[in-house]
Amino acid sequence: MSILYAILDWPGTKWLFLVFGLVMPLASLLTWAERRQSAMMQDRLGPNRANIGPIKLKGILHFIADAVKMIFKEDFIPASVHRGLFALAPILALVPVLVAFSIIPFGPTIYPHSLFDKLDPFALAASDPSMPLGAFADAIRMQMFQVDFGLVFYFAVLTLANYGGTIAGWASYNKWALLGGLRSSSQMMSYEVAMGLSLMGVFLIAGSLEPGWIVGHGASPQMSPANPLNWMWLWQPVALVLFLTASIAETKRAPFDIPEGEPEIIGYFVEYSGIRWGMFFLAEFIEIVFISAVIVTVFLGGYQFPFLDPDGFRVGGYMVQEAGTAISTGGLVFKLPHWAVSSLQFGAFGLKVVLLCWFQLMIRWTLPRFRADQLMNLGWKLLLPLSLANIMITAAIKLLFL
Amino acid sequence: MSSSHAHDESAEPQKGPKVLAVSPKNPNVRTIQVVRPENADTTFLAATATGLGITIRHFGKNLLLPRKSVEALGQGGAAAHVRFKNDIETIQYPEEKVQYPERYRGLHRLMLRDDGAVRCVACMCCPTVCPAHCITIVPEESSDPSIEKRPAVFEIDELRCVVCGLCVEACPCDAIRMDTAEHAKPVEERWEAVENKASLMGRGIRSTATQGGEGPTWRDKK
Repeated sequence: MSILYAILDWPGTKWLFLVFGLVMPLASLLTWAERRQSAMMQDRLGPNRANIGPIKLKGILHFIADAVKMIFKEDFIPASVHRGLFALAPILALVPVLVAFSIIPFGPTIYPHSLFDKLDPFALAASDPSMPLGAFADAIRMQMFQVDFGLVFYFAVLTLANYGGTIAGWASYNKWALLGGLRSSSQMMSYEVAMGLSLMGVFLIAGSLEPGWIVGHGASPQMSPANPLNWMWLWQPVALVLFLTASIAETKRAPFDIPEGEPEIIGYFVEYSGIRWGMFFLAEFIEIVFISAVIVTVFLGGYQFPFLDPDGFRVGGYMVQEAGTAISTGGLVFKLPHWAVSSLQFGAFGLKVVLLCWFQLMIRWTLPRFRADQLMNLGWKLLLPLSLANIMITAAIKLLFL
Repeated sequence: MSSSHAHDESAEPQKGPKVLAVSPKNPNVRTIQVVRPENADTTFLAATATGLGITIRHFGKNLLLPRKSVEALGQGGAAAHVRFKNDIETIQYPEEKVQYPERYRGLHRLMLRDDGAVRCVACMCCPTVCPAHCITIVPEESSDPSIEKRPAVFEIDELRCVVCGLCVEACPCDAIRMDTAEHAKPVEERWEAVENKASLMGRGIRSTATQGGEGPTWRDKK
């Protein structure tokens, strides 16, 4: 049995289940959701025809039809392209996003031996974290890659996705594609600065770069991490707006879609067709899911269900320190078994991510595209100074009052 | 003409853009200063919030409320029909069809006599008047002694037809009508779009009209 749990706890297995099993289907569904949602915002019906016999499901099956179409389309490669780079670019766009998911805590740590018990947080804190035994042995962590530099790792890896667009533009041997690639790299570089700096305030408050730690501890040690008031959205509202703006720019979607500009200004993947183009397309939607997951993790409490501590729902509790771990205790408790708590938290994470994806689609279909100069003005003259000011003010407040 | 212009200017001297120079030849040719307002809010946050409000309202309304009935969609939405309905205007043709206007011109049909014979007497009025030359009639002797001629061949090329309805206007004996409210069907070969006498008569009904367009229409079938 413990071999099975060890296999389940292996990062590769978790990656297969979480990224291939959850994220990829969600991203594919988003292609349908985007068209359907934009239609409903514009008083249309949107795609609702794709069906397998009588099974119609309001057109959800369109994403299967899209995938089949993209796979079977001709993979056309123009004569003068640089073949190696041309083939490399879509992979460079897709792979970093899939890798970056490894830092996201998708859910709480699951203790398979006490699935049907009501978890005792004091016993959990007392058990040796490096070699847990008994009820807490064979723990399965819903985070593939737990490292102290978690969010920095994500910045580093997602920057590689940039090269996808730029190299695609370069390798296509097409002036418009090259211009699109240049626009892409300039936009990414400008907005990554504001993106990284806007999270700095969060790091200052949380005292950690590790997403799992931020989710597990919240902003203040005086409150339970499951308390919505302890999530970073309340403590860093400016950072939330800045990060959301910068990360929408990072996904290269309207209003920041000058790298692509599909109908008018022609983007870097103009020479791509078939599944190669599909990889760019899929990468874009996976990035939406990823950005939502990062915002949920950092700002909206990650997998925390409101007022749901590891041992059950609790109102009016307080925090105690036990063996170096802050534990929420006391108050009115409605105790729940471990499996119920875990699935509620897992579902809370999924729901928050889906809602944020919805919000990103909403923004994409509400705003018109920025002009290139407006884009640069917004990035360098507004987001960057605001994020710097946010760091300074956060640091000053932390130094003086906390 | 020029006096009326002069009158307009004297009546409203303050209005309009600032005039920088006036052409000596024609006082109506002027150089004006265009003042475009600067963007008051370069963060676009307020505008974004307003826009999101509008789109979310539309999305929510279209998600939660039921769709308008086909009748309301066809009428362009009379107020009584669209209360507590969403804003979606899509008509899902061909499952949903709106009722066309009374005089909508659809596919042609050839009307029938009481005994089921074709009413057309091959007078050649319709191919003569047809601006697209899409009607072909080959007349032949009628077996009925009281009727002089009838069409041996009656073909309409629906691809060439411009749906003007002049053939119906020209017909002296209510033999051809365009009141089927049907569309020309999509075809893969051009010849498939040519309607022959049998298919035209297949859509026809018995007309008791002595002359003109009297008699039951496609509406009366319901």
